Amino acid sequence: MINKIFNIFKNKKSKYTSLLLVVFLFVLVNILISTGNISSLIKNLLIPLISYIIAALALNLTVGILGDLSLGQAGFMSVGGFTGAVIVAYCSRFIDNNLLVMIIAILGGSIFAGIFGLIVSIPVLKLQGDYLAIVTLAFGQIVKSLISNLYVGIDSLGLHISLVEDHTNLLKDGKMIINGPSGLSGNLRLSTLNIAFVLLFISLLVIYNILESKQGRAIMATRDNKIVALSVGIDTSKYKLMAFVVSAILGGAAGVIYTMSFSSLMPTKFDFNLSIMILVYVVLGGLGNMTGTIISTIILMLLPELLRSIQDYRMIIYALVLILIMIISNNKAIKQVFTNFRNKLFKKGAAND
Amino acid sequence: MDFILYLINGLSLGSVYAIIALGYTMVYGIAKMLNFAHGDVIMVGAYTAYFLLVSYGVNFYLSILITMLVCALLGIIVERLAYKPLRSASSLSVLITAIGVSYLLQNSAQLFWGTSSKMFPTSFTNGSFSFSDVNIPYLTILTIIVCIIITVVLQWFVNNTKTGSAMRACAEDKGAALLMGINVNNTISITFAIGSALAAVASILLCSAYPSISPTLGSMPGIKAFTAAVFGGIGSIPGAFIGGLLLGIIEILSKAYISTQLSDAVVFSILILVLLIKPTGILGKKTIEKV
Repeated sequence: MINKIFNIFKNKKSKYTSLLLVVFLFVLVNILISTGNISSLIKNLLIPLISYIIAALALNLTVGILGDLSLGQAGFMSVGGFTGAVIVAYCSRFIDNNLLVMIIAILGGSIFAGIFGLIVSIPVLKLQGDYLAIVTLAFGQIVKSLISNLYVGIDSLGLHISLVEDHTNLLKDGKMIINGPSGLSGNLRLSTLNIAFVLLFISLLVIYNILESKQGRAIMATRDNKIVALSVGIDTSKYKLMAFVVSAILGGAAGVIYTMSFSSLMPTKFDFNLSIMILVYVVLGGLGNMTGTIISTIILMLLPELLRSIQDYRMIIYALVLILIMIISNNKAIKQVFTNFRNKLFKKGAAND
Repeated sequence: MDFILYLINGLSLGSVYAIIALGYTMVYGIAKMLNFAHGDVIMVGAYTAYFLLVSYGVNFYLSILITMLVCALLGIIVERLAYKPLRSASSLSVLITAIGVSYLLQNSAQLFWGTSSKMFPTSFTNGSFSFSDVNIPYLTILTIIVCIIITVVLQWFVNNTKTGSAMRACAEDKGAALLMGINVNNTISITFAIGSALAAVASILLCSAYPSISPTLGSMPGIKAFTAAVFGGIGSIPGAFIGGLLLGIIEILSKAYISTQLSDAVVFSILILVLLIKPTGILGKKTIEKV
């Protein structure tokens, strides 16, 4: 029985595993909430958690599938999130339907993030390895620095935008949306768990659609050997750009639901550390493995919360867990034990392949 | 006259970046890894120097020496425990481990020394002299001189000593170096020790100029120095020197003439532009991919 299920999943490249996992999580969370078995602390973490999962899945597209290290995922989340917040503040003036406003915000935020992704991919196409990583890092810093100096306000005349100093000069009926270094305040909290889960499901579908298509194979060929890919007629630049922009778009969407789950948010929230944290989720979940990314994000994000009783030591334990997982998972002897164990467990499954 | 003052300040800040970037570049050259924990070694160095100077009243020069030793030891321990088991692993695994080490150092510092910032004693490096009508602190000049000395000595060391040759051999091909009778493990340890000792020097110079020290003190200089190392062409010692100086000058000049708040955006935009023109940094080696 186990073998059969395992085989189905394996043949479909784990697509259904991750989709089923999302559905299962959705049901589980809803049951837990309706029976009141979930602490308010964890409940408040759920939307950011799903947002991180989407951002990590998007990053896995560049780091795992395309094979290029990106250190600026938080930058795309930031662009998407703050654009989304402005759109929500603007649209909610004449649209009553919260869901519709949120959908417009997510679309707008992701398109904007996509445009930024396109801009970043210009240097990215020319560079390799660590030089590419530093450009994405630089991009994240530029976005953080710009948004920390951005002032956006709204009044009956429309949007007012200024950089560095507050020149918005709002009318009496106006209110600030983005207030420089202090960021968002009085944000409408329109993100709901349902929207977040639907977005997660759609993101997975998008990613798997790419993976199972000609484009996805071209992206992976670019990763595995660029020269060979070029010589069989694959336009590597085009596919690199594609992976990068899709990753930016999904990252932007993740940023929107993240931002819209808080009433106030500082631009420094989307800093280098967040980019690194998301990268950690991706690497620990397994490069190119979407199910793994979902699981590792959940575990690693909830771990510090579960360790709350030992407050002072929790981040130290977290750091040690990171180091140990990396050392253990790269230890040949331990790897062998796991492979043997898996072969034994799925003996028939392995034979059928 | 203002311009000259900005330029000197830029050179001084750039010198600190360059000293840190030298550590980055040396470790990168030999271990092919981005040591993200390097910035936190600076933080440990700052606290060590602080406690030596304030709590134990140790002589200034002696405490510099002890701080260097402590940091070098820390570098060796971190390399042996965390990075050595991963020598054949993918570069991403090593990167994540380095991030783990960085978290570990930062949070241990928070646990031991608290989150509130401490004031680093600046009385040892006080004083300034006037040159026509510009007032230049001794520390600024000292920082620039120390940086130049370190770069020259390091360049000589790597190119002209036996250990230096061993380092270059390990950077080129560890397997072949081993066959030539080079102790690869020791050579890598020495590289980490030198890099971390340089971080200690940088920490004292940095904290004398910006005296507030906290557990997250190392992260921003760490990122900037990493940027400087890539800017100059990672793996190259003169590259790290030039990259660090340029980064410092650009940062101070953009703060002075463009905008204080947007200086980060300006610095990193210029970095991207430079990489567009020279994709492997200013002095980086261009590698041609062959089939």
